[in-house]
Formats: sequence, structure tokens, C-alpha cells
Amino acid sequence: MSNANELTIAAARDALRKGDLSATDLTMACLTAIDAGDGLGAFVHKTPDIALDQARAADLRLKAGDAPDLCGIPLGIKDLFCTKNVPSQAASNILKGFLPQYESTVTTRLFEAGAVMLGKLNMDEFAMGSSNESSCYGPAVNPWRVDDRELSPGGSSGGSASAVAGDLCIAATGTDTGGSIRQPAAFCGIVGIKPTYGRVSRWGIIAYASSLDQAGPMTKSVRDAAIMLRAMAGHDEKDSTSADIAVPDFEAALTGDIRGKKIGLPKEYRLPGLRPEIQKIWDKGAEMLRDAGAEIVDVSLPHTKYALPAYYVIAPAEASSNLARYDGVRYGHRAKLSAGDGITEMYEKTRAEGFGAEVKRRIMIGTYVLSAGFYDAYYNRARKVRALIKRDFEQAFAAGVDAILTPATPTPAFGLGEMQSADPVEMYLNDVFTVTLNLAGLPGVSVPVGLDADGLPLGLQLIGRPWEEGDLLNHAYVLERAAGFVAKPQKWW
Amino acid sequence: MSIDVETARRVAKLARIQVDDGDLPALAGELSNILGFMEQLNEVNVDGVEPMTSVTPMRLKRRKDVVTDGNMQDLVLKNAPDAREGFFAVPKVVE
Repeated sequence: MSNANELTIAAARDALRKGDLSATDLTMACLTAIDAGDGLGAFVHKTPDIALDQARAADLRLKAGDAPDLCGIPLGIKDLFCTKNVPSQAASNILKGFLPQYESTVTTRLFEAGAVMLGKLNMDEFAMGSSNESSCYGPAVNPWRVDDRELSPGGSSGGSASAVAGDLCIAATGTDTGGSIRQPAAFCGIVGIKPTYGRVSRWGIIAYASSLDQAGPMTKSVRDAAIMLRAMAGHDEKDSTSADIAVPDFEAALTGDIRGKKIGLPKEYRLPGLRPEIQKIWDKGAEMLRDAGAEIVDVSLPHTKYALPAYYVIAPAEASSNLARYDGVRYGHRAKLSAGDGITEMYEKTRAEGFGAEVKRRIMIGTYVLSAGFYDAYYNRARKVRALIKRDFEQAFAAGVDAILTPATPTPAFGLGEMQSADPVEMYLNDVFTVTLNLAGLPGVSVPVGLDADGLPLGLQLIGRPWEEGDLLNHAYVLERAAGFVAKPQKWW
Repeated sequence: MSIDVETARRVAKLARIQVDDGDLPALAGELSNILGFMEQLNEVNVDGVEPMTSVTPMRLKRRKDVVTDGNMQDLVLKNAPDAREGFFAVPKVVE
């Protein structure tokens, strides 16, 4: 099969089971695409030996008729996941050389299901960013382009989005703390779902903001997202916040029937200055769902405006605590010390050398908002506002809304370096439509729906009820089919 | 709330991140901008609202207080920048 790397999970699964394709050949096709795809900066640690070993084992399982959905499917893994004896450095110099001696729960589950790991994927350092530009490896690049500029794939899971859109792998893992799966998925014209908080174990995923972080799949179709999420999800004793709730067959939920469902359009997401092309695609998406038999209703989420400022108190506060562990003692980088330097100098120099600018900024903001005298004014107030944001959604769902439709991002992909001179707050605005869900713990999926006037992908976001990823993905499936988004980036790399 | 150079120095110290004196004014400016953005939260009426402690209403699971793991000193020390005789080694802490 030529260009097997371009297959979806569902198509590859069926071809593998029928014997039309071997896992080894499929893996080779991806490894070849990866080596030819260095210009995308997506894969930062390649693991061809592991991949081929896993592919051979998958072929044996396929022959024996013991093949779960992901058996023999080659995946890219975000650098945030700890993978045993494979570099896992969260795109940070402070974890340079770190070789985890254990495997994250998510990758363990994927491997048990027969999945193949092609390598580790680029990202913003410690998942802090929306452009993949704050990475110790340099930025990943969006496979989409409209002129000679290189465009950002979004972030933080920018390498994952770039690799999937560029057909370097069949699918990839991502993580999402404020939009880090959904925004890059939208920028690169792929599907990405952030599950309900607690659906997927965080064990072995390098922590950014523990009350917001969730891992999820980044795929070429909604069906693929359903297949891969099922393999990633489930209760884990090693993560006390993972929910002991049964994982349904999400793929079986894709009936394509949403007749009688109620879709909410939140009026607060019609931001002043919303780009006409974004408004247009949003209207178009609502129309598609209406044509499929859903009822479109206006809803109000009055505290939306305060989601970003609340996030930028809570996430840095948690990050300042989580990242305190990088002290040059147990793993990663340690600064060279001068004569007379003590342990405090070791900490301060190690952290100054190892962390990038945005990470330092967030650690210091977090330190400040948690410091004596400011804890109530910032941190506690933000947690109260967070409770109100969650209540907004609860009230909308209690009024009978089944899903909420919004834009995924305020703009299409921007050029690498174009936001460099901007105030950090400008970059934060990328997450304006996505961050509310992390604060409320809700599942959300980004679906490519069309192209802008220049030919860049635009995505819409659907938000679902907690633990109802199946129903949510069914709405996404209807949107995907109606949009008929089949455009692919033209290969320049 | 605006952050002055002295506050920026204190925050960097608390965070154990070395910042050169020359970089403190720029840092103070950046931190002030971000905090300015957060000031919007003061517009919200939060009277009687409990701060969120858990995003999903769940009781943390309990387990028996027993050892479930261990006997892997080599693995634990494997990534240490400086490990000696089964310990993490650091500069002298006590004179």
C-alpha cells in the first residue's frame, strides 16, 4: 500500500486486520515520512528501533487474531509523557538527558493495545504556550502555508498537530491545560479532544497545572479520536484524581443522529472585534447542525470574560508548585558552580539556566499570587471565579442543552515570530475560547470545518456534558460529515 | 497592582531563579502587565462563593497505608546529576 502513512486509524486498523497491510510496512512508511519531514520540526526524539520491535510484535498479534483497535498503529507521543529510557524533557533544557525509568499510564495502555511509538513530539516548554515557539528544540512548523512564511502549528501540542496534519504518523497524543490540544488541532486542520477532567490518568505526564491538565488524542478524524480516546482512558490507582467510571465504546456512539438535540451558542463568545471569517464559520457550523435536525438555542455563560484572568492566576500558581521539583538534585540539568557556591546558588543558577523565559515568568507569577498577603486577593478570588464559570455551564446544561458550539480559536494560524514582540498577554488571548472548559473540567473537541480566504484551516469547538464524550463526539461526527473537510496541506517540506 | 524592582527581586528569590540586577526592571514590567490583566477579577461579585477545591465532585480514593513499591535505589538515582554511595549529592548545606 503506497502512502500508508496517510491513513486514518480506522482505515489502517481495517487494512491490518484484513492482512492488506502489515504493521511493519505501515511503521516503515511513517518512519520514512518522519525522516523526510525534519523541516516540520515535529519529531524531536525518533525511536525507530522501538517502533519496529513493536510493529513486529503487533504483526504477530494480528496473525493470531488478538488485535485490539490500536494494534500496529504508529503514533507520535508528546514530549510531556514519560517514556521508559526514551528522552522525555517537556521541551525544556532543565530535563536534558532525563531518561525516565518508568512508563506513563497513557503510553502503557497504548502499548498494551498494540500501538507503536515512532518518537517524541515537539511542544511548548512544560506545555506553557500557544505557538510551540517556547521549545528548547526550536519551533515545530505548521504543514499549512499560504506564502513563503512559516506558520505556527499552535501550542502547546504543536509537534503533535504538525506531525498528524503532515502525515508523519497516524495519530498522536496531546495534553491540554488551557487549549493545548484544541488550538493546535484547529491551526493544523485536524481533530483533537480534551476529555472530561479525570477521564485519562495523568500519571507519568510531566505536570504543569494539575487541576487543569488532561491528555487526549489528536487525530485525522472524529472516528479516530473515539477509537484512541477509549484506549487512553480509564481509572488508574496511581492518579488519585482519575475517575472510577466505566469507559464506554466511544466509536459505537457515532450514530450520526443528532435529531432533537439542543445546541447552545453562547452569546458571550461573540467577542467585540471577532473576525468576520470566524463568525462566518461559526454560523455555518450552527447551520450544519440545524440541518442535521438539532435545535439551535442561545445560551448565556456570563463569566466567560473572566476565564482567562482566572486561568492566569490558577495555572501559574500550580505550576510554581509543580516545577519546584526541578532543583538540580534528582534529575536533569545542574548548573556548574563557582567556588564558594552553596545549595541556594545551585538552585538559583540551575533554574535560571534550565528554564526558558515564559516558564520563568509563570513560575514567578505563581510565586507572587501565592505569597503571603496576596493569596486571598489573587488565588482565592480566582478559585471563586472558577466556581462561577463552572456554574455557568451547569446552568446551561440543566436548561436542556446537549452541546455548546463555539469557535476553536480567534484567528487562523499566525506566522512564526509574529507574536514575538507582543506582550505575553496577547499570546494568552489565543486560548480565550478553550480555557473555560479546563476551568470547568468539561470535555471539548476541535473539528476542522473549513478554510479561510487564504486557504488556512479553521476549526470549531463543541463542548459536552461531563463524562459524555461519546455524545460529544457524535455531534462532532455530524459536524465533520456535514463540513466534508478533506483539504490537505501541500507538501513543501 | 504594580510590581517594583524590589518586589521582582524578592519574587525571583522566593522562586529560586537567579535574575541579574540589570534584568529586574524589565521583569518587573512584565509581571506588572500580567497582574494588571488579572485585576479584572475584582469586577466579579464573589460574595458567598466557595473557592473551588475539586473540579469534579469526587471524594479522593483511599487505600491501605502499606508499602506498594520500593527496592529500586539504582533506578531512583539513575538520573541524578551527582549521586554517591547511594545518596543524592549536593553542595555542603551545614557548615
